[in-house]
Parts: sequence; structure tokens; C-alpha cells
Amino acid sequence: MEDAAELARIIAAHASREGPLLPILHDVQAAFGHVSEATIRTIAQALNLTRAEVHGVVSFYHDFHDHPESRPVLKLCRAESCQARGVEALAAALPVQDRVKIETIYCLGLCSVGPNAMVGDRLHARLDAAKLNALVEALA
Amino acid sequence: MTDKVQPIVRISDDALALACGADEVAAAFAAAGCTVERVSSWGMHWLEPLADIGGQGFGPLEPGDVAAVLDGSSAKGIGAIAEHPFIARQQRFTFARAGKTRPLSLADYSATGGWAGLARARELGPEATIAEVTQSGLRGRGGAGFPAGIKWSTVAKAAGSTKYIVCNADEGDSGTFADRMVMEGDPFMLIEGLAIAAVAVGAGKGYVYIRSEYPHAIAKMQAAAELAAPLIAPFAVEIRVGAGAYVCGEETSLLNSLEGKRGEVRAKPPLPALEGLFGQPTVVNNVLTLAAVPWILANGAKAYADVGFGRSRGTMPIQISGNVRYGGLFEVGFGITLGELVNDIGGGTASGRPVRAVQVGGPLGAYHPPADFGLNFDYEAFAEAEGLIGHAGLTVFDDSADMSALARFAMNFCAAESCGKCTPCRIGSTRGVELIDRIRARRGSDFTRSADKVEALPQMHNARKGARSLAEEITLLEDLCETMKFGSLCALGGFTPYPVLSALRHFPEDFGAVVPVQDAAE
Repeated sequence: MEDAAELARIIAAHASREGPLLPILHDVQAAFGHVSEATIRTIAQALNLTRAEVHGVVSFYHDFHDHPESRPVLKLCRAESCQARGVEALAAALPVQDRVKIETIYCLGLCSVGPNAMVGDRLHARLDAAKLNALVEALA
Repeated sequence: MTDKVQPIVRISDDALALACGADEVAAAFAAAGCTVERVSSWGMHWLEPLADIGGQGFGPLEPGDVAAVLDGSSAKGIGAIAEHPFIARQQRFTFARAGKTRPLSLADYSATGGWAGLARARELGPEATIAEVTQSGLRGRGGAGFPAGIKWSTVAKAAGSTKYIVCNADEGDSGTFADRMVMEGDPFMLIEGLAIAAVAVGAGKGYVYIRSEYPHAIAKMQAAAELAAPLIAPFAVEIRVGAGAYVCGEETSLLNSLEGKRGEVRAKPPLPALEGLFGQPTVVNNVLTLAAVPWILANGAKAYADVGFGRSRGTMPIQISGNVRYGGLFEVGFGITLGELVNDIGGGTASGRPVRAVQVGGPLGAYHPPADFGLNFDYEAFAEAEGLIGHAGLTVFDDSADMSALARFAMNFCAAESCGKCTPCRIGSTRGVELIDRIRARRGSDFTRSADKVEALPQMHNARKGARSLAEEITLLEDLCETMKFGSLCALGGFTPYPVLSALRHFPEDFGAVVPVQDAAE
């Protein structure tokens, strides 16, 4: 299976580092879109950890998911600075999405030019209703 | 194309400039025949994307503005950037290179005084380097304000052959972006700071733990660490990426995360300085703390300590954000007043409405009303006013802000981000959300709440059986905040009461109180 080979490659790439679990999980999440139960089993065995320990780490961090997200994701900052610049009104006016996942995050560090959003690694600032709708439409 | 020689145009490639469309503007200049240099950001965020042509600034630009800028007819000129009042009023030590150098150019870095601090530290040796940092009065810029020199000397004296430098770049606080700007704009300075700390305490390895929400900072730091590796050897710096947990900005939680564990807070003692990463003596410093060190070593402790206010020495890169006209990075000596920052420098609200509140220090900082505008920016002055300066982020709100909604947000944020290790934070934050929801639902009515099912249970010996009035609900909230403040293991649960109590104290009308709520602490 290709996935098994890829997983073995990821584990081998980080195994010699101090505290390799997070770097491994980041690569797994990026490669497979989620961290499955089977993957947890393999990683636990490779690092001599219990499955519970690895599961505990996976479930603790917001970046790791136990199932893949099939829809494109738009991360919308709803922290204080973006609130002060009107993100709540934008979020409330956004039509219910079934084809795009609108994920709330807290702070992209662009607090002087909010409301802000991130799609992949691409950042978008100074959003208004039209710009946000255009972003969502482009993803859908 | 014309025969005219087109000028060199400098445009930032900082994440904020990119988010505002800097790449498109840069491409338009390049298409017009200009040489485009991608530099760090000046920190005048309302002007991004800002083009710097021979020291003259133009912004905020869109690709369509390029032709007018080049033929001299643009109305977006701001004159000489360095003389702009926003820049001219600053004292830039940490951000001395902002806007001027290419972030990943070793040549630019050396040409602007880079590596001088490390060279001096190597010459001075560990003890004198620590003495220099101690004398500078540098305090931890992450929020706690602990003297950096004392921390370093604890690690230096700790027994152990393996020691670590850990840079906390998990800048999760809303309203703060100075760490990001250092990493994206002047990454070698941060690496030099780590290397100086390594000389001082005898560490062989350094980790920079960057939050995953900062992909641009991660990329720049990774590239910078590779480029600088030969210059800082035998010390080595490795970049690690967080995974979306706010609490990992707390130092012991960060250490657990680096070790590959859940980012749960550790009880202190033992101090990380004695038993930190993998149980070894570890310096954990914020980005801004380590980034201040090269300047201190290069220019001397006295030059740094000469600036400042009271026990807060040196400069602070203050981040002005939220509903503000001129938002950005303003580095200045401690002591400037909050009012100057918000009104004179920030220009008041972007919406043009009156300022209602300013949150200082991120999501765990207090909300200050304009009545507090006389406060000097200083660790002790803010502590006395029941607030904190934290990582020096200011978030401005206009008069449309609903302060009880913001208090609820603070509790809800704590509930979402709590690591779960201690009860006051894990349970208290959820009870806090419920309590504020009840208070908000009853604003403007004189309805009293009778004991609920759980409170009425016979085994709930201490629960009150009678009805609660609105004022009593508010007292209950204050009581809960006290418990969280003094009972939580770390600053997440311990400081969440700051925004809640300050909102309650300064804006009681938003909680439905008719008379101002008495402050127990005053």
C-alpha cells in the first residue's frame, strides 16, 4: 500500500529528532488530510509509545483531525481585533455553506488590517462582505 | 517599455503586506521595468502595500496605482518615510532594520551591524554577557516581565551538561504581531539572540517554537536558520511548528509540546530554568526578549537601560490594532501614556466613533476605558490599574462594542483553549460562560433566578437554595473570577478574569447593572 510506504518514510525522516511526534503528525496530516486510527497504531509502535499517548496528542491539538475534510476550508479570524473591525457582522451575514467549510481561528497576526482570513497558506486582509463572499465563491 | 531607467522599488514581503496585495503591486512595478527589492515592513500597516522609492513612500498601493507613482502624478505619496511622524516618534532598537533590509540577506544583516552582539558576547564570555543583560534591565517580553539576566544566570549555574535555549514564538494573543514581524522581517537578529543566550548559559541546541498559523514566519525562520548555521556553530537552531493550541504559549506547556506530548501545563516548581526541556536546564524566552539582546550586547547595557520608565527599562515594540485609524508597530521607550498611543499615534478609531475601550495585553488583558488614558506604559503602572501590558498589544474598540459580550468571549476562549490540567480554568471558564449568558439574558429585567436542579440537590450542601437577584449573579461572577485568578496553574485561567472583571468594573451598564458595581479590590 502506498500510504504505508509514505507513512514509513515520514516516521523515518523524523525518528532521530528529539521529540519527533509533532513533526511526524504534521507531515501525516499534510500528506493524508487526517490522522487515522491505523496511523496512530503504526506511529505508537515506531516511537515506543502507547496508542493512548498518541491519540491523546492527536486529539489535543486543533491542527490534527481524525477524519478527512472533503470540503475546501476558509479560516476566518474571529479574535478581539477582528471583532473590533466588524468580523461578527460579516460572519453573521455569510450564507450557510455546504460546499466550503468556514473554520473559526483566533488570530493570524494581521490585527491592524482585519477582518482577516486564510485559505491554505494564502492570507486575505481588509475583508468586507463582498470580498469575503468572493473568497467563499471562489472555493465553492 | 520606455528608455527611462526605472528606479529600485522596495516593497515588503511580510505576511501582512502580502495579505494586502503586495505581490500584485510588486509584479506591476516589475512589469513597468523597475527593479523590485522585497524588504521587511516599516510597520505602518494602514499604508501597506507601501512602496519605498529612494526613501519616498507611496501607499496603500494597488497595481493600478503604479503608473501614477512612476510618472510622479500619484496622490498616494507620503513623503520621506523616515520622517513620517509615525516613524520619527519611535525609538527603534529591536526594529532598527524594519523596512530597510531584505530579511534573508546575510549581506544586508552584516552591513547593518548584524553579528556584532554575538561577537562581543563571545569576547566577553558567559559571565560578563549575563552581567550585561542583567544591567540592561531587560525583562521578559512575553508578558510576565521576569528579568532575563536572572533567568539566564539560573540556567548558567544549573548543573547539567545538556542545556537548551527555547524561543517562544507561539504568538497566539490576538492584537499582537511583533514576534511575527521580527521573524519575517529580521530573522537573523532572533537567531543571533538565541546564539548569544547559548554563549551565556552554555547551551548547545536551540529551538524556536512557532505557531502553525504563521506559515510565512516558519518559512523565513527555517531559511534563516540554515543560512546562519555556520555563523552560530557549534550552537544549532531548529525550528518547530505548533499545532493550533493557544495554551502552548505558556512556557511549560510549550516544553511538553516540543517533547511531543499534549500541551498541558506543568506545575512549577521545578522551574524550566532548572528542569525544562527533556528535564534539562532551559532558557525559555519570548521572541522580543531574545531579539532585544543583540542590540544590548552591541550597544552596551547602559544605552538600553538609559531608556525607559521606573523598573521597565529599554524599549517595547507596541502593537496598535483593532478599530484604529493608524495601526501598526510602534517601538518606544516605556513610559508613554495609553492615551498618546491610542489618540495621538493611533489617530483614534477607524470608524470615527468615540473610543469605548482598549484591551491591553491580548485576550487575557484588561479592558481600559478612556479614563485610564493617563496610564504610563509600564509593567508596574498597569499592574496597579488592575491590568497588564502582556505582550504589548493594544486593541481599540469604538462605542459600538458590547462589553458583556466581550467578557463572555474571554470566558469562552478560555474554555476552548484550556489544556484541562487544572479545575479552575477547565470548569470555571465554562461556568463563567453560562453565568454571563444568564446575566446577559436578564439585562434590563428585574427577574430573579431561583436555585436550579443541581443547586437544589440535597448533597449540594454549600449551594444556595434561595433565589438570586441580578446583583447577586454578578457577585457570583466576581467570586468565580477570584477562584480562577488565584487557583489556576497558569496565566490562561489565571488572567482570563482580567478582561471579565475589567469589563464588569468599567462598563457595568453592559451587564444590566443600574448602579456601578462595587469593586471588591478597591
